[in-house]
Amino acid sequence: MTQPVIELREATKRFRGSTGIMTAVQNLTMTIRPGEFVAVVGPTGCGKSTTLSLVSGLEPASSGEVLVGGKPVQGIPAGIGYMFQQDAIMPWKNVLDNVAAGPRFRGVRKADARAVATTWVERVGLAGFESYYPHQLSGGMRKRVALAQTLVNEPKIILMDEPFSALDVQTRSLMQDELLRLWAGTGAAVIFVTHDLEEAIALADRVVVLTAVPATIKADFVIDLPRPRDVEEIRLTTAFLDIYREIWDCLREEVARARRGATLNAA
Amino acid sequence: MLPDTDVPRHPTRAPSADAERAAVAAARRSRHRHLALVWGVRILLVTVGLSAWELAARYWVDFDGRTHFSKPLDWKDHAQRWGIDQFFYSQPSQIWQRLHDWFTVGPSSGPIWEHIGVTLWEATSGFVIGSIAGVVLGILLGRARFAAEVLAPFIKAANAIPRIVLASLFVIWFGLGLSSKIATAVVLVFFAVFFNAFQGAREVDRNLVNNARILGASRTKVLTSIVIPSATSWILASLHVAFGFALIGAVVGEVIGAKRGLGLLIAHSQGTFDAAGIYAGMIIITVVALGAEWLLTALEKRLLRWRPPSASEASHV
Repeated sequence: MTQPVIELREATKRFRGSTGIMTAVQNLTMTIRPGEFVAVVGPTGCGKSTTLSLVSGLEPASSGEVLVGGKPVQGIPAGIGYMFQQDAIMPWKNVLDNVAAGPRFRGVRKADARAVATTWVERVGLAGFESYYPHQLSGGMRKRVALAQTLVNEPKIILMDEPFSALDVQTRSLMQDELLRLWAGTGAAVIFVTHDLEEAIALADRVVVLTAVPATIKADFVIDLPRPRDVEEIRLTTAFLDIYREIWDCLREEVARARRGATLNAA
Repeated sequence: MLPDTDVPRHPTRAPSADAERAAVAAARRSRHRHLALVWGVRILLVTVGLSAWELAARYWVDFDGRTHFSKPLDWKDHAQRWGIDQFFYSQPSQIWQRLHDWFTVGPSSGPIWEHIGVTLWEATSGFVIGSIAGVVLGILLGRARFAAEVLAPFIKAANAIPRIVLASLFVIWFGLGLSSKIATAVVLVFFAVFFNAFQGAREVDRNLVNNARILGASRTKVLTSIVIPSATSWILASLHVAFGFALIGAVVGEVIGAKRGLGLLIAHSQGTFDAAGIYAGMIIITVVALGAEWLLTALEKRLLRWRPPSASEASHV
């Protein structure tokens, strides 16, 4: 058994909201091994993103422990990459300089940073668009920039917060395939947060189901579909559909609970 | 070819079909016609306005022969007229004559270029000092949440002071020279720029900051490569207004007391009941302000090349 790369022990996160203290995540315990692709699903607004911010060190846990590489998280741990739900690339920098930003922040010389960025721009399929500014690109292309920007630092852990949720269905499948292709060689552990169960099963080795707010782990499913996968094709196999049904039975209850909660809050 | 179906949002070359070319040419012609019309109407408006003023001042006479204004002096040839009295309101030809005199002979208080130069120097120095101070303090305070919270009421109070009144105080402190005008301009510019820089630094997209931190940016790097570029569009927007404020500060300072400058010319004209001189001074200041505005727009275009064209710029044909 290898040493887990990410470990959450009874992690709890509370926020001070407009209606008092709100617990987003409660007693979350989870371990992730190196190179493992874990998808986290749960009803909308249940604290999935909070889990990522605990691991990334952007938010400290209110109680409990978060370990990355065996060490408690204090500040942003080394070797971490994070792809946000919204666009987070710099609108005033062109594609190449956006991808080169990571190495530049880490003190690499400009020419070297650009050289390594160029290879990543090619790898995500944006060769020829190096000098374009983000507003000149489509949503899918901006996601490719964000992906290259994250991967250029060669992270050992990649956190992804519904990165493709804003894309249209076709572009999304393309990006999912692209992600699997690029991830395959890296050996990085991935936590992929999504509310789309199909996406979760198609991509991950493990699917973790969270409860409605406050979020804690409800169930943990192993997805033993063969790799390499084609996300368009795999959805149609019976194995996929069986797993989907099994997890959906578990998730449905929580989605219903979250909806009831939402209507109560709205009333 | 990209594996994506996405294409960059860029105007694509039209297919070289004749119909397409004709349509493009027609669109261009209609655009030219539209521009010509806009300029034609503008020129017409100015001409009509100025002519009406000129004629009203020159020819409108009270038919009863009574005067409707009590005159400070006995102006015999003006006594029969009413409507727009040229003594009070002047007229375009007189203003033109005054401008012509100033630029050929020069006003009694010294060469016109010296007056313009002095005002421009005061406004520019005030603008530069005030903007730099405003940008630096605004960004620093925008990032220091505690200090911002503590200082908020003081800043609000300082902003509520009618700052133009400080010009009188500065004349007492710094005398009739350039420094009192520069100080007035600095104060006016500082607050305009400060508030925008402050707001700009506070409203930086949290995602951008978090992303930079994850990518390995230190606090200083976050400031220089995320906060300052994001605040730039806010700051540049305030600089347009700020140069106008700098000119106001300089001119008001000069009106209160000075040895040189356009404000002095205006104050001098006021002292001699020379309405045309006041208008002439206003026109010179307006031209200076428009020139500065043009320069700032060019700077803004250069610095904000990365921004998508705004809806009004990218109008459909």
